[in-house]
Amino acid sequence: MNQVGPILEVDDLTIALPAGGDRSTAVQRVSFHVGRGEIVCLVGESGSGKSVIAQGVMGLLPKQLPVTGGRIRLQGEDITHAPLARLRELRATRMSMIFQEPMTALNPVMSCGDQIDEVLSEHTRLTPAERRDKVLGIVREVLLPEPERMVASYPHQLSGGQRQRIMIAMALVLDPVLLIADEPTTALDVTTQAQILRLVLELQKRHGTGVLFITHDFGVVAEIAHRVAVLRLGDLVEMGPRDEVLKRPRHGYTRMLIGAVPTLRVHERPSDPNAAVVLQVRGLDKTYHDKGWFGRHRTVHAAQQVDLEIRRGQTLGIVGESGSGKSTVARCIVRLIDPTGGQVLLGAGAQGQGGEDIAMMSAARLRPLRRKVQIVFQDPYRSLNPRRTVAEALIEGPVNYGLARPAALQRARALLEMVRMDATALERYPHQFSGGQRQRICIARALMMEPELLIADEAVSALDVSVQAQVLQLFEEIRARLNLAMLFITHDLRVASQVCDHLLVMSKGRVVESGPAHRVFAAPEHEYTRALFAAAPGRDFAFGGA
Amino acid sequence: MAPPATDPTAFETLSVESASVLAQQSAWSRVRRNTSVRIGGIVLVVLVLLALAAPWLGTVDPSLFDPGSRDLLPGRRGEITTLEGETLKHTFLMGSDSFGRDIYSRVVYGTRVSLIVGLFTALVALAFGIVLGLVAGYLRWLDGPLMRVMDGVMAIPAILIAIALVAMWRGSLGTVVIAIAIPEIPRVTRLVRSLVLSIREEPYVEAAVSLGTPTWKIMARHILPNCVAPLVVQGTFICASGILVEAILSFLGVGLPPDIPTWGNVMAEGRAQFNEYPHNIFFPGIFLAVTVLAVNILGDGLRDTLDPKMAKRV
Repeated sequence: MNQVGPILEVDDLTIALPAGGDRSTAVQRVSFHVGRGEIVCLVGESGSGKSVIAQGVMGLLPKQLPVTGGRIRLQGEDITHAPLARLRELRATRMSMIFQEPMTALNPVMSCGDQIDEVLSEHTRLTPAERRDKVLGIVREVLLPEPERMVASYPHQLSGGQRQRIMIAMALVLDPVLLIADEPTTALDVTTQAQILRLVLELQKRHGTGVLFITHDFGVVAEIAHRVAVLRLGDLVEMGPRDEVLKRPRHGYTRMLIGAVPTLRVHERPSDPNAAVVLQVRGLDKTYHDKGWFGRHRTVHAAQQVDLEIRRGQTLGIVGESGSGKSTVARCIVRLIDPTGGQVLLGAGAQGQGGEDIAMMSAARLRPLRRKVQIVFQDPYRSLNPRRTVAEALIEGPVNYGLARPAALQRARALLEMVRMDATALERYPHQFSGGQRQRICIARALMMEPELLIADEAVSALDVSVQAQVLQLFEEIRARLNLAMLFITHDLRVASQVCDHLLVMSKGRVVESGPAHRVFAAPEHEYTRALFAAAPGRDFAFGGA
Repeated sequence: MAPPATDPTAFETLSVESASVLAQQSAWSRVRRNTSVRIGGIVLVVLVLLALAAPWLGTVDPSLFDPGSRDLLPGRRGEITTLEGETLKHTFLMGSDSFGRDIYSRVVYGTRVSLIVGLFTALVALAFGIVLGLVAGYLRWLDGPLMRVMDGVMAIPAILIAIALVAMWRGSLGTVVIAIAIPEIPRVTRLVRSLVLSIREEPYVEAAVSLGTPTWKIMARHILPNCVAPLVVQGTFICASGILVEAILSFLGVGLPPDIPTWGNVMAEGRAQFNEYPHNIFFPGIFLAVTVLAVNILGDGLRDTLDPKMAKRV
């Protein structure tokens, strides 16, 4: 057992993929090490193999992904093909892992305290009283309030951030020398993410743990990494200290990735105050009533008194965390859900007069107006019917409104070209395309209706950073070319800073701040906005600038 | 926005999804390669061929009998009188019953009835179940009353419903099919309803709504095609159940009229002499067991290849 050398050494690691895939190995000849007390970030896009490496170290790879070459050494001990019994001894005591989705990583039918206790009872010989002390101690250390209550709660009773802290507690209770974190903050809100990152930093410093942090978010890397390793399709293309890699990237791929990260700097964008008002929302309310059988009412105000206005050729961004009501507002505008109050006025003209109120319109009267507002959804993998070809998906809308098939197909071809896709895509099925391509198809589908307002509901959140950059560029082009009004919903401040002319910040169903984007970013007025901006990881970091 | 330092399109991102292209393309060949599907499929094909080729497989008209050839053991030769009065020499491959009828002929012709009953029961149950399930899943206000009716139907034992219905109407092939299908409808309805409830939350259905697609088109084009896989599996299980229930009804004497040869009828008539002449029950029983087993194995294979892959995104 090596006390002085690196905690984790990965040498020339190669992990094979099952036959018939697009490549033969998940990772090939990857070498890196993690020293004591150091945080190494593994960055890469989807398919780069970073999760496979993490699982390989812990010995969690399925049979179909065998380690076919190289070595993994934990404190000098070769664990590449260690027997299961030895791996079990090492897990939790010397190396631990925390995962992305805390809800599915915790057992829903065991209390949190019992789950942490399980780690202790498996690996130590402490008495129940001693174990309880240790459990409470670690729960306190991860800064959870009311440790006694937390220990007795079940996972579904806690918030996402709290669950993640419980998982961190489980991982660190036995003070392992290596902590592997597989995208632990990706599923969390920005403010929660900031807290968890801070917690990981503190704990790591206090215990001297080596951390292998896997992420696709360069902001997070900027925030916590000591050293960075960049992976691309199973190859380690660049590795070095954080400032080196992020500010002076050497490999072309790294430079491309860093270049694709949107900065938080907003330039003042010219906006035409006389442009026609396309959408005006006044006092929008959406309340959900839960009518229990025995008179137990639960009222949720998903959106309260929301006001907004969008003019032609402008992009309004709505930012907020989950539960802020931004998606609710978008869905009310498209009338996928029905608002409980307020007005949604379409096409109000330059002075803001006139315009049809679609908030409470009946379905029949609403039909002709639907084509004016179109929406692009978040998940490109579920936004297209897997059973229908791209052509059928694209022409569905116009055909509904009476356009003949040949004309619709003609328009479809033109729009596919506009979204930079080949016309041969028409005959193919959605599963033959990547996420970014599917999102382009969805954008084309929305544009087929020739809308006045295009809503993008977290449309780039599920995409890799390089693909995201391309799609954002596409949105800009479309908006400029068609002089569209756009409503851009996102939780990612970087994305918002890149595309939005005006910004609306929402929290718990209410609008807390609104104004021109550059002003809100430069000088936020509301304290929630300030907290939100302060929590953005790596906000002060100058990517790519030397 | 400044263009990226290096154009992302210069880096061909071989997406993980392209691996799924191969996975998806071979879904059908995966089904074909599955052992259970092959075994079940082959046995069923053989049975279908048997049923179709019945007149040419050394059989005689199943209603023919000869008092001189009663209770012959399997393999014996005997005589049988045709409708015109001729007497034929015939080998009773599976023996004869107490009337002198050839069991072999009755069993082979009975295959037709069983397969038809199984197939049409499944089709009728699926047809009604799909319609009711779509309605319950999509029109929320009808959901409550409809599902309570289904619960009511499920509360009554299937065989009793079938017996009651056949007793009310005359026993004929159509009656029996409907009587057996009705108790199966609630399960299909439930399945379709749950599928509809999950599919209608998918973004592509919401997209169809925002594109102005009318409700019936959404049901036909978006929801129904994505329900096919689990319904196919369910169909095979209904088919197996239908064959079995038909045999039970015939055995109890409340199924098809005794002049139509079905496995259940043959077994019913041989019941009294089971101790002395077990071949009456043995042969139809074997056929029944093999058929139901084959259909169930086919259904298992289809479920293994179709269902989990449909739900999972590679």
